[in-house]
Amino acid sequence: MTSTAGEPRRSTDLLTTHRWMVLTRTLDEAIRTLWLTGKGVGGTFNQIGHEAISVGSALGLLPDDVIAPMHRDLGAYLVRGMTARRLLAQQLGRASGVSRGRDANIHGCGDLNLGIIGFISHLPQSLPVAVGAAMSFRYRNQPRVALTFTGDGGSITGLFAESLNLAVLEAAPVVVVVENNQYAYSTPITSHSANTNITSRARAAGAVAVNVDGNDVEAVLETVGRAIGEARDGAGPRVVVAHTMRMLGHAIHDGADYVPAELITQWEKRDPIQLVEARLRELGTSDDEIEEVRVGARTEVDDAVEFALRSPMPDPADVTEGVWA
Amino acid sequence: MSPVEFTYLEAISNALIHEMELDPDVIIMGEDVAPPFGGAFKVTKAAGERFGARRVRNMPMTESAFIGAASGMALMGMRPVVEVQFADFITTGFDSIVQFAANTHYRWGGRIPWVIRAPSDGGLRAGPFHSQNPEAWFVHSPGLKVVAPSTPADAYGLLLAAIRDDNPVIYFESKPLYRSLRGPILGGDSPIEIGRAAIARPGRDCSIITYGAMRHEAISAADALADEGIEVEVIDLRTLKPLDTNTVLESVARTSRALVVHAANKMAGLGAEIAAVIADECFQHLDAPVKRLGGLDIPVPFSPPLEDAYRPNSTKIAEACRRLCAW
Repeated sequence: MTSTAGEPRRSTDLLTTHRWMVLTRTLDEAIRTLWLTGKGVGGTFNQIGHEAISVGSALGLLPDDVIAPMHRDLGAYLVRGMTARRLLAQQLGRASGVSRGRDANIHGCGDLNLGIIGFISHLPQSLPVAVGAAMSFRYRNQPRVALTFTGDGGSITGLFAESLNLAVLEAAPVVVVVENNQYAYSTPITSHSANTNITSRARAAGAVAVNVDGNDVEAVLETVGRAIGEARDGAGPRVVVAHTMRMLGHAIHDGADYVPAELITQWEKRDPIQLVEARLRELGTSDDEIEEVRVGARTEVDDAVEFALRSPMPDPADVTEGVWA
Repeated sequence: MSPVEFTYLEAISNALIHEMELDPDVIIMGEDVAPPFGGAFKVTKAAGERFGARRVRNMPMTESAFIGAASGMALMGMRPVVEVQFADFITTGFDSIVQFAANTHYRWGGRIPWVIRAPSDGGLRAGPFHSQNPEAWFVHSPGLKVVAPSTPADAYGLLLAAIRDDNPVIYFESKPLYRSLRGPILGGDSPIEIGRAAIARPGRDCSIITYGAMRHEAISAADALADEGIEVEVIDLRTLKPLDTNTVLESVARTSRALVVHAANKMAGLGAEIAAVIADECFQHLDAPVKRLGGLDIPVPFSPPLEDAYRPNSTKIAEACRRLCAW
């Protein structure tokens, strides 16, 4: 790490971090249950295994910063203030969803009041958009940072290199978190990347890049937090490659039988929530306190499910509304 | 006529400067646009000299990245004006345009008020990669506005309106007009409303619906036909999306004959849509089938006799009008 300046600008209580991660997991599981019981609309995505990355990264931001998450970053939306109610209503195509039924599942969850740029399915199209947001911060001399995410699959595109090149040239205050979850849909990284060392590819574009254990939320908090601080201090873009494992299929329809069972077993032992709970116990948190967090998350998610299911569908009479600003 | 005339290129340059004076959030970005070079066609040279490289910014040769970046800047409230060096090269940024900028407001309400200036059109013996008219792709993408001015006055007024519009706007410039065409501009604060066609030449016997450089070919044809007693009305669409169908239909209802002309290839071009709208909504007024004249369905060829064979001109337009009026 070529750390120059900047410590994480926001000290984060680990129990709070844990609470966000549990809420993320609980909401994700509720979405899965809705779909597996036939209540879903269209397809959806799960993110189990990614909680430490999405939550740990988003917690490093300040309120005026901007985030452009992807489809494994449910936790980032929650941390930024998007409620479980809105997110679930969005999943079920309801009028009260973030996109008012216009976009599917975790796509279309943009809300600039919360500093969230909606997910662009064409990975890594969020990268240049986040770089541009960061360029505007620099142009206007604002002390803000843009944070975005892509995956191992997104990291092999020309646009990954192009966006980092532009960000370096523009000294853009942007942080790119690459979630290396080993698979781009069904294709393992060893099959889609001639050079599986993602940091080296980021460095080839001129960016400073570091690795982090994506299942260790303390490491994510520290590493992404430092990257955010450095970007804010004018050091230019930062890339953090977070190593993890996608524990379910690409999307709800995908049983992922192409993933070797032993790989899943191996990563189950490193479940990010179990890891943070073990750490909390080390620090003196009681089982009751942890259970309280789980109960709180279940209550919030149960309420959100009920809200979403009884929310009205959008009115087809308004289907053309919103094309133009 | 105004005592001061400007070239089509100067009109664009003046509009950029006017908006940059007015709003510090208006910046220019593109390949080779910064001072002192000022762009492949020098459209941004005067703006660069006035505002410097901070506001007239060179971008690396990566349209996908810098058009995406322009979207990010626009989401944050800036109004970037992106120059793609040739409209042909817009394809390398296509994803950023149609899969993000175009649909974001519909999907979640984000506003992307950029303008992409795209120097388009042929007739300059520039071959398949520097002569294209790719407007139909963008008209087909919901959420984009598309304009194609044909005169210095429209170039100026539509660029002001495009920069102020809260939606992404593709602004197709016609390269052959850059220095060949002079005319008055209102100047100052005189935006021209997006979505309004103009009657470029009134007539009673036949309507030509066109845009861009073909407006001038159509007027030449109309002048020649006037000597033969055929009075042609020329409608200049000016905006290709949203399309001003009222002006088109009102004209065709009066003349009962319609010819749609564009330099883009005819196959699935904008003319197909206009012809269909006329057939749908104006059938009872028609005395002849709606005709289209466009480029051939081939890459735009280089060598002069080949490009001339590809491209509509005043002679071909006049001949098509004669056949239409003899129907």
